[in-house]
Formats: sequence, structure tokens, C-alpha cells
Amino acid sequence: MSTEHPEQDGTPDDVPADAPAAAPDAAAPAPDVPEAPGDRPGTEDRVAEDRVAEDRVAEDRVAEDRVAEDRVAEDRVAEDRAAADGAPPAPRRRRRDPLAAVLIGVLTLLLGFAFAVQVRSTDTDSQYAGAREEDLVRILDDLTAQQDRLRQEIADQRTALDQLGSSDSDSAAALQEARERAEALSILNGSVAAQGEGMTMTIRDPATGVTSSVLLNAIQELRGAGAETMQVDQVRIGVSSAVTGTPGNLAIDGQPLQAPYVFVVIGSSQDMATAMSIPGGVVSTVGGRGGSVDIVQSDRVVVDALRPLDVPQYAHPDSGD
Amino acid sequence: MIPILGLAIGVVLGLLLDPSVPLWLQPYLPIAVVAALDAVFGGIRARFDRIFDAKVFVVSFVSNVVVAGLIVFLGDQLGVGAQLSTAVVVVLGIRIFGNAAAIRRHLFRA
Repeated sequence: MSTEHPEQDGTPDDVPADAPAAAPDAAAPAPDVPEAPGDRPGTEDRVAEDRVAEDRVAEDRVAEDRVAEDRVAEDRVAEDRAAADGAPPAPRRRRRDPLAAVLIGVLTLLLGFAFAVQVRSTDTDSQYAGAREEDLVRILDDLTAQQDRLRQEIADQRTALDQLGSSDSDSAAALQEARERAEALSILNGSVAAQGEGMTMTIRDPATGVTSSVLLNAIQELRGAGAETMQVDQVRIGVSSAVTGTPGNLAIDGQPLQAPYVFVVIGSSQDMATAMSIPGGVVSTVGGRGGSVDIVQSDRVVVDALRPLDVPQYAHPDSGD
Repeated sequence: MIPILGLAIGVVLGLLLDPSVPLWLQPYLPIAVVAALDAVFGGIRARFDRIFDAKVFVVSFVSNVVVAGLIVFLGDQLGVGAQLSTAVVVVLGIRIFGNAAAIRRHLFRA
């Protein structure tokens, strides 16, 4: 505690003359200290009061001025304040050492540099800095949508690439399949010649009692019994074949027929022969009209009459899967 | 004289060199500039008040910049960096205004 007293005493001593409020208060405790060392609380209170008074004086000086400088300065001891205020400005400035000048120069240079750099960088990359929030949201939405589109496009292209990459093997198989299908369709619509197991059926009509409906029935019965393709007197039967004319003057697809009518049919010969011979079938119908039917089954018959290919005028292939 | 010279040279250097701000510095540079401006205005005002002290100026300059940067850094760590930088700029702006008002009073007596 004893070391405190000089400090406490010293503080009021240093209080400048321009602090009249503090001076009398500071003078009072000075004599008390040596008299009553045991009076420590009282002394301390007074000292504390002194300090408060001092602070007030100091604060009065800067009451209106709360600047960065002053705040730092406030923390300094009263001595510095007294010197700053009491001393005339000229000596104060003279005391500024070159180090401080250099430091100030460097700091302000740094500030100027940073300022210029910041202004520059703000200039360059602030395209959206001033935009309103809604605008930014809209821009973001646009970008997101664009990104989605591009991503979709990437996926599509990648799929296409994959398909192309694997098409070497695929295309061969597809070609093979298409060829087989084309052959099957060609046989069905009669644009190519065909050969295979089948039968030859001859309908004789000496009484000219065989009507077009009899021939049509025969064709349909044969189809029903599994005939794959057939020809009648060098006329290939297709899906649109029509039997027209009067008995003895019949025609298929406009081509006149001459009795006997010779059917060359490819299919299961056993099934077809049975279908012809059922009661009420072709054989009995023709027999009832004064004609006769000869059926010759064979392991190999040739259907070599061709049909011109119909090009559909209205129907087009549907490319959709 | 020295500060004005330093400021001018710094601006010219910044414009001439035109360096790109490193990414980690980008949030702090504007705050640091504002804090330093605050210190400079305080210094100008102290000069007019005839209480200018080079040591005080240097210390306040550096501490202003460091504290401002620290606050923003802290805010970044806490996830309120934008708000805290706004707060720092507002506070420093108010102080700059106050200093500017004092300087104005000294200059124009009004």
C-alpha cells in the first residue's frame, strides 16, 4: 500500500492548472495521507473521488468529441493529456519523430492503395451487385432452367452416342430381323414366289355350276385350315383378292379364269385336305353343283404367280412406338 | 503533408498496378478501408483540435483496421458476416460523419 501513496499523490500533482475543479480536491487528501495511514478506506475513497473528478475533467475536454483518436487518447494517463493541451502546438509537432512520420506515410499509402484497389475491383465485378432481389431471383431461375435444359440435352446426346456406339452389333441383328420380316410379308402379300409342303386342288366344273361364292368359300376354307399362300390358275391370292363374275365366266382380281380351276396351296396339306372334305365343305358343295374336286397332296409345291405390290395411298407407317 | 502525399501515391499505385484482390481478403478489404478512413478523419480532426499525436494516430489506425477485420472475421465464423460487416460499416460511417462535422465546424465555423 505504501507504494500506492506516491502514485496517488503524484497523480493530483500532475493535474494541470487548467483543471480547477480537480485541484482543490486533490490538494485536500495530500496532507491526510501521512497523518492517517490507518485511514486507508477514507483515503482511498478520496483518491477514488479525485480520480473520478480527474476523469470528469478529462471527459469535459472531449465531451463533444468522440472520435477514434480521442477514445484511444482517453485511455492514456492524464499526464499526456496535460501535455497535449497545455503545451503549445508548435513544440508538440516538433516532437514528432521521423519514425512516426514514416509510419503515417506508410499507413496512408496503404490506405490509398487499398482504396484504389477496392474501387477498381468493385467496378469490375459488380454487375449484379446493384440488382434488386426479385431480379436476382429471376436471373437465378433463368439460369437454373437453362441448366436443366442443357443437362437434358447432354443426357439425350449421351444416349444417342451410346446407341451409335452399340449399333454395330445391333444394326446387323436388326437388319437380319427386318429381312426375315420382309420375306414373311412378301410371301403373305404375294410379291415373291414361294415353295414348300402343300397341295394342288383341281375343281372341275363341267356343268358351270361353280359360282364366285364357291370359289371364295374354297379360298377362305383353305386359309382357315392354315394355308399360308396360294394361287388359282396363275393368279396369286392376296389379302384384297376378289372373286367376281358369273359361273363359267369367273375372274379373280379382274383376271378371267378357265375351268378347271387349279389351286396351288402351301400349308399343312393334311389339315387342308381334311378341311376341304368335311360335310358341307368345298368338296360336297362343288359335287352338289355338278362338279368334282381332285386333291393332290405334295411335299413340295411351287407358288410362282406374283401379285403387284399395292402402294397404300392413304395409310402411312406410324413411326411412334 | 506526409499523409496527403502517402494517400495520393497509394491511389496512383493502386490504379497503376491494378492488382486483383485475393479471395480471402475480399470480404475484409472494404471494411478495412472504411475503418482506416475513420482513423484518418479522426486524425484530421485531432489536427484541427491541435491534439494530434502521431502515436495515437498510428495505433488507432492499426487497431481500427484490425478490430474491424476481426469483427467481420468473427461474423463470418458465426455465419452472420454480412450483418456484422453492415453493422461495422454503419458504426464507422456514423463516426466518420461526426468527425466530418467537427472538421466542418473548424473549417467554416459553422
